[in-house]
Amino acid sequence: MSARENILKRLRERTDGPLTAPLSDFGVVSGRGWSAEERIERFERLITSVHGEVVHTTHGAWTTSLADVLMAKNIQRLALGREHPVAAEARAGLVEGEVTLIDADRDVEEWQQEQFASTDAGLTSTRGGIAETGSLWLWPTPDEPRLISLVPPIHIAVLDADTLEDTFFDVVEAHGWAGGMPTNALLISGPSKTADIEQTLAYGVHGPRELVVLVRHTEEPS
Amino acid sequence: MSVEIYTPRAFHRQAHDALGNPQIRSNFRRAMDGLMTKRRDVFSDWDLETLRDLGANIRLRALAKLPDLLEQLETNCEANGIRVHWAEDGEEACRIVRELCESHGAKAVIKGKSMVSEEMHLNAHLEEAGIEALESDLGEYLVQLNDQTPSHIIMPAIHLNTDEISDIMHEKTGIERTRDVDTMTAAARTQLRERFMNADVGVSGVNFAVAETGTLCLVENEGNGRMTTTVPPVHIAVTGIEKVVEHLRDVPPLYALLTRSATGQHVTTYFNMISSPRKPGEHDGPKEVHLVLVDNGRSNIYQDNELLDTLRCIRCGACMNHCPVYTRVGGHSYGTTYPGPIGSILMPHMLGLEETKDLPTASSLCGACGEVCPVKIPIPDLLVRLRREAVGEGRGNVPGAGVKRTKKEAAAWKSWQWLATHPSAWRTSLLMAGKLRGLTPTRFGPWTQYRTALKPAKQSLHALVKSHRRDRDGEDNS
Repeated sequence: MSARENILKRLRERTDGPLTAPLSDFGVVSGRGWSAEERIERFERLITSVHGEVVHTTHGAWTTSLADVLMAKNIQRLALGREHPVAAEARAGLVEGEVTLIDADRDVEEWQQEQFASTDAGLTSTRGGIAETGSLWLWPTPDEPRLISLVPPIHIAVLDADTLEDTFFDVVEAHGWAGGMPTNALLISGPSKTADIEQTLAYGVHGPRELVVLVRHTEEPS
Repeated sequence: MSVEIYTPRAFHRQAHDALGNPQIRSNFRRAMDGLMTKRRDVFSDWDLETLRDLGANIRLRALAKLPDLLEQLETNCEANGIRVHWAEDGEEACRIVRELCESHGAKAVIKGKSMVSEEMHLNAHLEEAGIEALESDLGEYLVQLNDQTPSHIIMPAIHLNTDEISDIMHEKTGIERTRDVDTMTAAARTQLRERFMNADVGVSGVNFAVAETGTLCLVENEGNGRMTTTVPPVHIAVTGIEKVVEHLRDVPPLYALLTRSATGQHVTTYFNMISSPRKPGEHDGPKEVHLVLVDNGRSNIYQDNELLDTLRCIRCGACMNHCPVYTRVGGHSYGTTYPGPIGSILMPHMLGLEETKDLPTASSLCGACGEVCPVKIPIPDLLVRLRREAVGEGRGNVPGAGVKRTKKEAAAWKSWQWLATHPSAWRTSLLMAGKLRGLTPTRFGPWTQYRTALKPAKQSLHALVKSHRRDRDGEDNS
């Protein structure tokens, strides 16, 4: 018999007989009843507590905010997609010459060395955010592949304020994740970090050293 | 720095040595104090008991349906393009991983943190076959550079302090000697980035495997897990068969419990959910993903209603962080892959009680481990159960059961039982004990190492009360 058959046989022919499965009440991890303002406040508080940076902007002016971030952080080579509105608007709004735009929608084999060695930052959209834990959720696509939020030393993520939800559980349920998972689904909650050297926190161990979240509001933030 | 091979057989000597090592004592004390405080603070605004009940309930439901869920996981993974393999023990799991590596002509494997791969001794196995396996989690990397094994399941290098790590980085990687943590971290980043790009295969563990969707979930802060599972052309995930959960919605509560219990974090930097290899049209990610389901004693634990609870574990390490014994003797003293309370209830099933007979006694039964366990494993009860198994008083279904039973001890307890259930014999022997108290030995093995020997009183309490009453009644009557 194969290992598979042996293992399953032992599990099915359990000495102490079949087990009864309890029912689960998920109330404790669902809706917190926060207002839109409370969600933003909590999201910002938590993600900045782990070194994430939050820049508030608007749908109309966000590419200007992006340009400011690029300038402030001296980002000269930015990897981004092409088709997603975030990538398309960024390409339209940024002045060529001030920053070199690197196409991310290519097979990684073509540009691995470039991505690892000489790309200053990656720009991605996000599908939403989680207020409870200060998290972004991303489903990478061919346009915005998995590695551009990981390999370059700075990750710039664009989050629409109205996509914030209370909890991870709420996101999984509301967006029907169980009905069809992508190749890779990600929660990102800050830049890469480690405390493996005597509990001392250090950022940027393998992934980005910095995470900048551009939060887009529908109106001018007061 | 001297490097030692630790074994569970030598627990007492190793614990004794660790207790006499001020460096180990202070490294663990400081780390565990910090972790306990952080856990307490991060749960402060939660209905923790309700959340723990839900966590326990989700794990119990998964175990109740375990064979069905494993088959469902396999079906859904295969439908997504993830190849599933089954291994009865660590050796078979190692062989599967090695053969997969060999079929791709792999020479270099990069690893994300995986305790199951430690349990399998995968690195040694691959190295014998001429395949280099390099750890990429910073703590694991440091421990590997120092030819050691992890001393904690979440923080592998917790036994080392900054000065020791500075020496390791200098001596083993040639960087300039520094105590600056950012500099050392940046050096490790540079060293490992080259290795990620050149690795032929990435090997990782799994925190939760979702049967409903065929999804592998990985929890991490560093990004090395994402690198390991995205950069090399082949990804092999190894996991114990108990890590499966039924639904995707079971994941958020367990994830909430895991990060808070482990390190006191609201959330980790990355939660990485993998459901398939690179699809046509996608530009990165491995072209092949394999899942190796490892039994290694787990299906044996599964047979017994009480022992079953061992398999609820989500490997957060809170039990060791709160264990007064672990904090004092450190992780290596246990001499096993999993140290601390969870190791003491798990390793006897994997290695047998012959090897691990001292581990269930490495506890004062203070109950802290059971109190903090996010899935409510009754660890103290399981420690007692394994003590009973070790002396042949249990069900005899743990490997090596009865190994600690001695004729002398069994006869002593049997006589005690007989005396205690025969009142006249009891009274006679009590009387004799009082009269012959001068013959009581002054040494009782370990008991008298730090304590004075016990000596029966001249008179029993009963006799004292009786004579006191007699005297009093006599006075009343006069």
